[in-house]
Amino acid sequence: MAFREDQIARYSRHIILKEVGGKGQEKLLSARVLIIGAGGLGSPVAMYLAAAGVGTIGLIDMDVVDVSNLQRQIMHSQTTVGIPKVLSGQKTLTRMNPDVRVVPIQDRLTAENAMELFSGYDVIVDGSDNFGTRYIVNDAAFFLKKTLVSGSILRFEGQVTVLEGHTSAPCYRCLYPEAPPPGLVPSCSEAGVLGVLAGTIGTLQAAEVVKKILGVGELLTGRLLLYDALSMTFRKLKVPKDPHCALCSPSPTITTVSGSSEWVCQVPAS
Amino acid sequence: MSVVVRIPTPLRKLTGNQGEVREEGKTVREILNGLESHYPGIRERLTDESGELRRFINIYLNEEDIRFAEGLDTTVKAGDEVSIIPAIAGGSR
Repeated sequence: MAFREDQIARYSRHIILKEVGGKGQEKLLSARVLIIGAGGLGSPVAMYLAAAGVGTIGLIDMDVVDVSNLQRQIMHSQTTVGIPKVLSGQKTLTRMNPDVRVVPIQDRLTAENAMELFSGYDVIVDGSDNFGTRYIVNDAAFFLKKTLVSGSILRFEGQVTVLEGHTSAPCYRCLYPEAPPPGLVPSCSEAGVLGVLAGTIGTLQAAEVVKKILGVGELLTGRLLLYDALSMTFRKLKVPKDPHCALCSPSPTITTVSGSSEWVCQVPAS
Repeated sequence: MSVVVRIPTPLRKLTGNQGEVREEGKTVREILNGLESHYPGIRERLTDESGELRRFINIYLNEEDIRFAEGLDTTVKAGDEVSIIPAIAGGSR
């Protein structure tokens, strides 16, 4: 692939890095990344991947932009309130970098459509807002042998890990075998979140995606990165592959995508 | 044995907003007993009716998940750090 002059200028700070170079930039331009959730985490992930020249970015989200999103969802703006998030995002990303093809998917991810939606992508990014979806994303990525870059945020804390259950590395079910029943762990909008936390965790996810595409460095596979914004501490914990994992062990009990997108957000009473 | 227990933000309302508390015990189970006696209500957030660790809560002894060691019977020593890590799912909305 030959770069156009404007591309050489645009990506010059990448191209001069020996770990990227012209070859790496070509890899980025031909990479296909699907982002689940065009919200708090999806925004910084998508914006940095678009800036980096990731050629195809799929965005899946069924919501429309609400004014309460704008405290952290930096891909959207006052002028796109009321518009589907995937279209608002597409507008922002293609304005920033016309090289990028954005595929807006305004739909709910389900156990039924996940395999088909994921099949055209190289890397999957989870920035969803509920446990049901997280298990659907994990299972579909596992069956399709795709790398899954997972991030989650709540209040002042975030978690990042890279899941490759189709290899010797763990999957999401190795880390958390079951979703909490609704009501026991706050998970969503009602619990509140420090806006900038979405940026911290989302950009860490974007870094892992870029490293995966380039094949450089060490990914957060088998490790869980914890960030606490209040104490400003990062910690890494080991995540072993569970030899009895219901999905990715040699004797699985889950053989098709499971998990439910009907998981309801609730805050515990206590 | 006195160890530091790290409390995640969703559980801090039970510990008077403390992110770190000290507890005594020889095993993780004894540490949890100590937690419950000082901060009543915390145990049911961590373990189920049969006393087993809930499947969406991980407890780490230093960097290691106790599920892959001796579970709640994993022994602790002075200076260890016990971290309670719940699954969290926020991101999009």
